[in-house]
Amino acid sequence: MTDVADAIVVGAGIVGAACADALAQDGWRVRVLERARPGGRATAAGMGHVLVLDDSEAQFALTRLGRDLWRARDWPPSVERDDCGTIWVAADDAEFDAARGKSEWYAARGVRTGLLDARALRDAEPELHEGLRGGLHIADDLVVHPPTATAHLLACARAHGALVEPLRSVRVVGDGNVELDDDTRLSAALVVVAAGLDTPRLLGHRPDALRIRAKKGHLVISDRAPGFVRHQLVELGYLKSAHGGTARSVAFNAQPRRSGQLLLGSSRQVDVVEPRVEHDMLAAMIARAMRFLPRIGSLPGLRVWTGLRPSTDDNLPFIGRLPDAPRTIVAAGHEGLGITTSLSTAKLVADLAADRTPCIDPRWFACDRSTAELAHG
Amino acid sequence: MAEHDLRLRVDGRDVEVPAGHSVAAALANLRLPARRSIRGHARAPLCGMGICFECRVTIDGKRLVRACMVECKDGMEVLTRDG
Amino acid sequence: MDELDCEVLVVGAGPAGVAAAATAAECGRDVLVVDDNRHPGGQIWRRSVATGTPSIAERWLGRAQSAGARFAFPLRIADAHDPTRLVAVGDDGPIALRCEQLVLALGASERFLPFPGWTIPGVCGVGGLQALVKQGLAIRGQRVAIAGSGPLLLAVAASLREHGACVLGIFEQAPRSRVRRFGLGLLARPGKLAHGLGLLNRLRGVPRHHDAWPTRVEVRGSSLRATFRTTHGERTLDVDWLAAGFGLVPNVDVAALLGCRIEDERVVVDEFTRTTIPDVFAVGETIGIAGVEAALSDGITAGLACAGRDADARRAARARYRERRFGDALARTYALRDELRALAAPDTVICRCEDTPIADLAHCADAREAKLLARCGMGPCQGRVCGPALAFLRGWSRDSVRPPLVPLTFSELSALDEPPCR
Ligand SMILES: Cc1cc2nc3c(=O)[nH]c(=O)nc-3n(C[C@H](O)[C@H](O)[C@H](O)COP(=O)(O)OP(=O)(O)OC[C@H]3O[C@@H](n4cnc5c(N)ncnc54)[C@H](O)[C@@H]3O)c2cc1C
Ligand SMILES: Cc1cc2nc3c(=O)[nH]c(=O)nc-3n(C[C@H](O)[C@H](O)[C@H](O)COP(=O)(O)OP(=O)(O)OC[C@H]3O[C@@H](n4cnc5c(N)ncnc54)[C@H](O)[C@@H]3O)c2cc1C
Ligand code: FES
Repeated sequence: MTDVADAIVVGAGIVGAACADALAQDGWRVRVLERARPGGRATAAGMGHVLVLDDSEAQFALTRLGRDLWRARDWPPSVERDDCGTIWVAADDAEFDAARGKSEWYAARGVRTGLLDARALRDAEPELHEGLRGGLHIADDLVVHPPTATAHLLACARAHGALVEPLRSVRVVGDGNVELDDDTRLSAALVVVAAGLDTPRLLGHRPDALRIRAKKGHLVISDRAPGFVRHQLVELGYLKSAHGGTARSVAFNAQPRRSGQLLLGSSRQVDVVEPRVEHDMLAAMIARAMRFLPRIGSLPGLRVWTGLRPSTDDNLPFIGRLPDAPRTIVAAGHEGLGITTSLSTAKLVADLAADRTPCIDPRWFACDRSTAELAHG
Repeated sequence: MAEHDLRLRVDGRDVEVPAGHSVAAALANLRLPARRSIRGHARAPLCGMGICFECRVTIDGKRLVRACMVECKDGMEVLTRDG
Repeated sequence: MDELDCEVLVVGAGPAGVAAAATAAECGRDVLVVDDNRHPGGQIWRRSVATGTPSIAERWLGRAQSAGARFAFPLRIADAHDPTRLVAVGDDGPIALRCEQLVLALGASERFLPFPGWTIPGVCGVGGLQALVKQGLAIRGQRVAIAGSGPLLLAVAASLREHGACVLGIFEQAPRSRVRRFGLGLLARPGKLAHGLGLLNRLRGVPRHHDAWPTRVEVRGSSLRATFRTTHGERTLDVDWLAAGFGLVPNVDVAALLGCRIEDERVVVDEFTRTTIPDVFAVGETIGIAGVEAALSDGITAGLACAGRDADARRAARARYRERRFGDALARTYALRDELRALAAPDTVICRCEDTPIADLAHCADAREAKLLARCGMGPCQGRVCGPALAFLRGWSRDSVRPPLVPLTFSELSALDEPPCR
């Protein structure tokens, strides 16, 4: 059986949902194919911290635009949007210097920041350890609930005529067509592959260029403890953990939920796909958090779970056409930032699809980018 | 009051209960709910066997304790707001 | 973290677990029994503050103890992925349990269905009310209505009456004709028949309705006004307690975490009560609701199988199969009727932990979506109330269970990793 649709989106995680929404608003006749249920994979596991990051110009551009798009949109209450901001916590003088540097870097790019000394940090977050040196406050960062945000994006896409089909699994993606597990073949002027970790498999495992690996993360959530923390708190050493070369790492990352619960991250294990909770990682994560929040020990932990971040070798997602399959656009590999960057990714995808001037330099995210080249470019 | 009665402190109030009773039974005998739901409604034991958590209270500072699974002890401090 | 070692670890000290423990210990195995409760006995043998532990329970416990089985209470399994090393939590925090073989005798819990007013204090489970009375709830002189489904309604009504309660009515949703046919079927099982007739005798004078169920409860002064649908139209009773439970659902959480196959809400086992995971057995209500005799014969079978006494285990399995057929008859008789799916009003709470109204599930396709999109099942009970309800109301299978199976403090969670100290 063959059928046509203007644009097919494969995968209804938050990235696919955002792409479906952006394309449908642009007038594409969109059909979303999701193997299981929308927002049920990496998107369901994530923390939902929407933040700007300064790891690279590329990452800053994508997170900045992503965050601004999150802020600009009206979200229903179910999305639990909380404009709590981020505080990057500096443990010592060296980290505080780094915070000052970041503050200047961000200020130069128009991001609102504030430097907190030890006293101001304690005032902002009384549960934090007294010995901490200070913090960098990023006022416009926010927190959301990714599964309901995904559902909302799909509802918006539907309102613009998109068809969302759960329980439809794609076996392989060709150029301008897809073949489903039930042997249906569909063709379209455009196929957007937003299948997270499964993306390389769907594209027939192209050589090296499109490598997406799992980075497993643990999270633990407490019972309601309103006001225990007020901002999303992250240690400044976080990026070392997130993007460092080590196979296993933990960092302090604590999030206040709208419900009053405290969500605690984060761990990273490269290439681990087994979903089970590992007591040693959990213990390391909690121990790390106790150095910053000494009193969390007595909070009841309700649930522990894990998720797999789709990560790439240079920590940037693939967003762009496949060189040898121009009717296929890939949008995958968003690692630990896919909630933040879903909306900017979708905007870039829609720009590329419409051959408009792209909102961000697309070379940074091209599927055939060479890391070395970009480092100089 | 019988010789073997114990004294509990429930939300700051001293009450006497017979030995051997569970905290859930003691609260029910006092006509006290175990907790308030997140929308503020009074809730009391449902399953009586440790499954439903409707009887959860704070006992001696420990939160989320299932009152139906704990026997009253002399001097126990019980808080019945959602804990 | 402290550690306890044994050859056979039995989780659950109800009839099934105690029978497994006694049998395995008598065959020379080193057995440890743990239970979430402070006292052994499980549900039917639950110790009563007033009357103590039933004598049959004392006999089985005595057998297990004199054969050398050890008991450790209260310990609740909190995490399980390696069947030879489980983590339990008790009054003194987490503890590791090491074993060669594992017997899961987790019992069952009641299925609660939402109807307007079901969250008001005074509305509780049927087994729930009985358990509370055994824990010291003063029921003498209190007005009680009992509703829902299954033989438990009669057993509890009789026992509450003996504790001095005024049982104003029993409302069984199953049709009278089916219950009568079930009763006739007991002619082949004289023991069960005598037990049933005895119950009816103890309930003389109590109005018993069939094809009847609760439709709503309201607070009226210091009482509850409960409304029922009966074959004679609506009936209203002013009561102190409405006990409502719609049958039992196997407890399978530990088995699910270990990865044992679960079908139709119960753990799948073979003739010897072996689950799909090597050296993990499951017995009693965990493998299907069939009553105390089934639990005992399952336990005996598992105990023998643990000791490698296959021929004896096979013989014991025959009694097991007969009892399990009784369970099938129970399930047919007390199958829940379609009308019960429509009891809840749109604003009736489905998830009691999160106060989620059932209307919020309108756009959810399964239990996982209900959790992710409407917070249904996100609270401390981990969906143990709304999960079985939605299994019936919507046909949704339970969402995956996650550790810890019972809330642990962050300190306790981080202690799970500590090396053993003894
Ligand atoms: C522990 C953890 C914490 C995180 N915290 C944050 C955070 O605070 N902030 C942030 O911005 N990001 C965070 N993230 C990252 C974020 O969750 C991910 O980057 C994002 O969810 C990726 O979205 P996705 O749509 O690409 O992938 P997914 O959500 O995995 O979606 C892919 C979809 O494709 C479907 N699919 C796969 N194969 C097929 C097929 N063959 N046919 C049809 N459909 C298919 C899948 O079923 C799935 O629904 C975190 C991630 C983790 C794991
Ligand atoms: C509330 C209730 C009341 C009942 N009352 C009656 C009655 O009056 N008359 C009657 O004929 N039948 C009654 N039944 C039916 C009765 O359950 C069975 O006939 C019989 O008791 C089943 O025995 P079992 O050993 O399978 O389970 P149970 O007797 O239920 O024992 C299971 C035990 O496992 C423990 N457990 C479960 N999970 C864990 C864990 N994770 N960690 C540690 N321990 C755990 C529980 O605390 C429990 O003690 C009742 C059932 C229920 C649910
Ligand atoms: S009443 Fe259900 S856990 Fe105590």
